[in-house]
Amino acid sequence: MISVITGFINELREAGVPVSMVEAIDGMKAVETIDLGEKIALRETLRATLIKNLRHERAFDTAFDVYFSNVPAPLEPDDPENAEDLPPSMPGRGQGGEETEFDLDGLLEALLDALAGLDGESLRRGARQAVDQLAGMEPGRPVGGTYYLYRTLRRLDLAQLEADLIEALMSAEDLSEFERRLLEEDVEARLEMLREEIEEEIRRRLVADRGREAVARTSRRPLVEDVDLMHATSSELADMEAAIGPLTRKLASRLARRRKKRSGRLDFRRTVRRSLATGGVPVDPQFRHPRPHRPEVWLLCDISGSMATFSRFTLQFTHAMSTQFSRLRSFAFVDTVDEVTDFLGPGIDFGSAVNRITKEAEVVWLDGHSDYGNSLETFYSRYGGQLTSSTTVLISGDARNNYRPPRDAVLGDIAKASRAVLWLNPEPHSYWDTGDSAMSHYAKHCTSVHEVRTLRQLEDFIENLTLPSGKTLQNV
Amino acid sequence: MEFDSPQAVMDALTAADYLPDERIAQVVFLADRLDKPVLVEGPAGVGKTELAKAVAAITGRSLIRLQCYEGLDDAKALYEWNYKKQLLRIQSDVDHDWDSISHDIFSEEFLLTRPLLEAIRSPEPVVLLIDEVDRVEVETEALLLEILSDFQVSIPELGTMHAITQPMVFLTSNNTRELSEALKRRCLFLHIDYPDAKREKEILSARVPGLSDHLANQVAKVARSIRGLDLKKAPSVSETIDWARTLLALSVEDVDEVVLGDTLHVLLKYQTDIEKTAKEFTSSAQA
Repeated sequence: MISVITGFINELREAGVPVSMVEAIDGMKAVETIDLGEKIALRETLRATLIKNLRHERAFDTAFDVYFSNVPAPLEPDDPENAEDLPPSMPGRGQGGEETEFDLDGLLEALLDALAGLDGESLRRGARQAVDQLAGMEPGRPVGGTYYLYRTLRRLDLAQLEADLIEALMSAEDLSEFERRLLEEDVEARLEMLREEIEEEIRRRLVADRGREAVARTSRRPLVEDVDLMHATSSELADMEAAIGPLTRKLASRLARRRKKRSGRLDFRRTVRRSLATGGVPVDPQFRHPRPHRPEVWLLCDISGSMATFSRFTLQFTHAMSTQFSRLRSFAFVDTVDEVTDFLGPGIDFGSAVNRITKEAEVVWLDGHSDYGNSLETFYSRYGGQLTSSTTVLISGDARNNYRPPRDAVLGDIAKASRAVLWLNPEPHSYWDTGDSAMSHYAKHCTSVHEVRTLRQLEDFIENLTLPSGKTLQNV
Repeated sequence: MEFDSPQAVMDALTAADYLPDERIAQVVFLADRLDKPVLVEGPAGVGKTELAKAVAAITGRSLIRLQCYEGLDDAKALYEWNYKKQLLRIQSDVDHDWDSISHDIFSEEFLLTRPLLEAIRSPEPVVLLIDEVDRVEVETEALLLEILSDFQVSIPELGTMHAITQPMVFLTSNNTRELSEALKRRCLFLHIDYPDAKREKEILSARVPGLSDHLANQVAKVARSIRGLDLKKAPSVSETIDWARTLLALSVEDVDEVVLGDTLHVLLKYQTDIEKTAKEFTSSAQA
């Protein structure tokens, strides 16, 4: 068992989940206190000891299913009918071959009953049978589990099953639309259970066929923090959005940080308390903490087509930041710039905000292709006067200027007028200055330039952020 | 050790009207067995604080609560010297020599215990709840580390104060910021999410006496449906309980879109959310 668990921990680490030595030992200790036959107990024990972040749970679930899928379920002889295809290493290929005509309708009916009655045991049996008969699994064939899943589900005809299930669960003849909606969601959730059962069954067979390590490797997916922001799918973006909140808070506290200096009023209470160490003589006066610095942040965001996914992400980030900074202004640009602060204020629904920005903000001047030079010049001439030495300017963009003149001198003016200019580029460092990217022209005016392709890099950027206090750097 | 098995935890919690799922029961069981603190994370209003209270109730321990906030410091969380008393002691004793006084005023008599120290110095074992730990600054978090891993507090003038009894520790977090690795490493991690419709129905039946089965079912399903929408703040379990009570008080027998529209403000607390949900449900009725 120890070797299985160490293998499992290795797999978690391979997948990018940080599991420390202490946590691994805790996991082992915890496993000793439980009944190993209980799969749920094992899963929750390992989860509680090894996983310390919600974002890693999906990776944990995947790895756990692969590593421990054949621990309990197939070994218990639940009924004689099923006992014959017990060894999971032998997919029911031979059996399927003998029975030329397989009773699909019977299976569907059984599944329908199981789903309607929420009977987990017979649902599992049905799923096993479905995989036996429909997936057509071949040992040694190097295809992933999703292929078999797709094959099984296609033959099961889920749409029909859904309709039947709705009918079976319908209590009255005429449902109001409101009730129907609730019913449909209910059915959806139940079908999801079936899908999971089938997936589980397929995974179990794959593991038996190929071994844990191989299956774990193929089912690995990048963690949320490692997903490339330029190519994220919408569900990945949704996961990221959940992770943004904590990050903005951290950024807020980083930007507010100042060099330690003694200021503020005398703290009488603490001074008297300190004085007791010197027999009541106030040798070491204590002072109150200075008021926290209120940072002012201006965010410039490229929302052109090439930046579509990333800009959605930065706008989301801006939106989340607006609850943290009282003095946040945001600007969007394509080939000219417009202020969008009001669209993204706290309490405004993000989805509708994006719609309004694309419709109402005047960010296109000529042809709707990125023009950093014109955008920055317009920005400086329109808003530059309001920049102060406590303003931090954050620019997010790929610096792809469509071969237009970079006109980067104006960025130098912006840098002089503000506390710091930080540039976040979603492209890999090696792509900078290739093609129409004018990154280095702008970089020389920035306090710092960062490659931010993933959430992890954004986290690192925030973690290591140090700003010149109060005044800007001269051009390097 | 208080419990024989996770099942025992589950039964006890259920009897105390807190309906745990398997994950919760398992983690509470482990916390008891391994003497480790539990970090409970999840959206607001899923019963994180309730869990600590329920555990205190079923173990018969008293609950010591430390509510975290920005600016919490060691004087509020750990201990403080009672300096007024110390001053009086010095002034009342002009004749004594310096050595005996200085020894005297830094003794336990002049120590004011704050929740964390109190929890480990209590003669009876307690449940310690450190609520909303994500609200303190990263630097303050470090205060907790010693007590969480070794159950002791070091006081420079006095030495190390060891635990007399082992408290059960629960930390809750709404995840408004990432907690430090050091803190997480010392804890068991428990993420509580909104319950599924079946469990929520059971919670409703347990918490709202007199609620009909049919209505509980509907309330749970509507809650799940609303949580599926993209809202600023999804309805919490306590809000669905409030809603069920409201429906009961209005003697509603069947939820439809009119009733929902009239009572939506019990479930949702933002005007934009209310408008969005109302629109969503009425437009599905017209379609």
